[in-house]
Amino acid sequence: MLRGVLGKTFRLIGYTIQYGCIAHCAFEYVGGVVMCSGPSMEPTIQNSDIVFAENLSRHFYGIQRGDIVIAKSPSDPKSNICKRVIGLEGDKILSNSPSGFFKSHSYVPVGHVWLEGDNLQNSTDSRYYGPVPYGLIRGRIFFKIWPLNDFGFLRDSPNGHRFSDD
Amino acid sequence: MRSYPLARRPQGFGQIGRGHKVTTYPFSPRTNGGKGMALSQGWVKRYFKAFCKGFFVAVPVAVTFLDRVACVARVEGASMQPSLNPGGSQSSDVVLLNHWKVRNFEVQRGDIVSLVTMGHKNRYVKVPRGHIWVEGDHHGHSFDSNSFGPVSLGLLHGHATHILWPPERWQKLESVLPPERLPIQSEEDCLRGSP
Repeated sequence: MLRGVLGKTFRLIGYTIQYGCIAHCAFEYVGGVVMCSGPSMEPTIQNSDIVFAENLSRHFYGIQRGDIVIAKSPSDPKSNICKRVIGLEGDKILSNSPSGFFKSHSYVPVGHVWLEGDNLQNSTDSRYYGPVPYGLIRGRIFFKIWPLNDFGFLRDSPNGHRFSDD
Repeated sequence: MRSYPLARRPQGFGQIGRGHKVTTYPFSPRTNGGKGMALSQGWVKRYFKAFCKGFFVAVPVAVTFLDRVACVARVEGASMQPSLNPGGSQSSDVVLLNHWKVRNFEVQRGDIVSLVTMGHKNRYVKVPRGHIWVEGDHHGHSFDSNSFGPVSLGLLHGHATHILWPPERWQKLESVLPPERLPIQSEEDCLRGSP
């Protein structure tokens, strides 16, 4: 009877490892379901929304301006952030001061992207921690699953015309 | 008492039947073709099923192992001389990249690390929280943080712990911080409030 239990345990461990590895490969190279928390992407993505992320684009350098991406946080590598790509490498980024008095610009360095949340008042993003290395991007969010009244592809940035690449 | 009629068919002999299709012995040409083909089809299907099963077990497990536990890499270039590639282009070292050791992003000063690649110059640089400063051992010939600045910890890929090839260079890589490259002011100094 002990052998039966042992056999069953090993089989269970084997299946767990196998499905764990399949899950890792699926998320790493294909995509998966993600739950977002925080107010920094309102109104496009609200707190506790469930979205679908695809992780193929980043391997083929297919991330474009206006995409919403999931990335590892530059200040805390164990947590993830969810922001919109405002600028790619080489782009000129206009940075407004709150009073609107100084309008300076900077260039996004090679191998980096400029991320901003849609809720500009309530978002810590590249305006705070600077350009984010491309290697930190984990996937691109393109579809919202929950809540059902907002089901479907994600909208464009409500802050429009912030892209400047002249 | 019941009788069991023996049905005789013109193409075969020794055939035992009860009125419906049964095995004929020896195999007649017509039924042999059908039976043989059915057997070979079953064999192909079984092989294909076994192949798929093995494939879907082996590939994800191997990929996950190489991504999360450890992988092997060849060292190219002279930027880490003399610790790595002392022979230059004659013999490239092969190192073990240990992902498991950096799963919690724990590294010490002096560790040799590999980074996910990407794409600033001040005399003194403050390394921000959550970042590391990396340098090749061979200063003049190294493309490192002196070129691209401090690196975010999230880009940490692996910790090169051993040289595996060539066999005469089989060794554990020590974590050594050159004395001339010690930080000007470390976090502990700040906390202690040293002058």
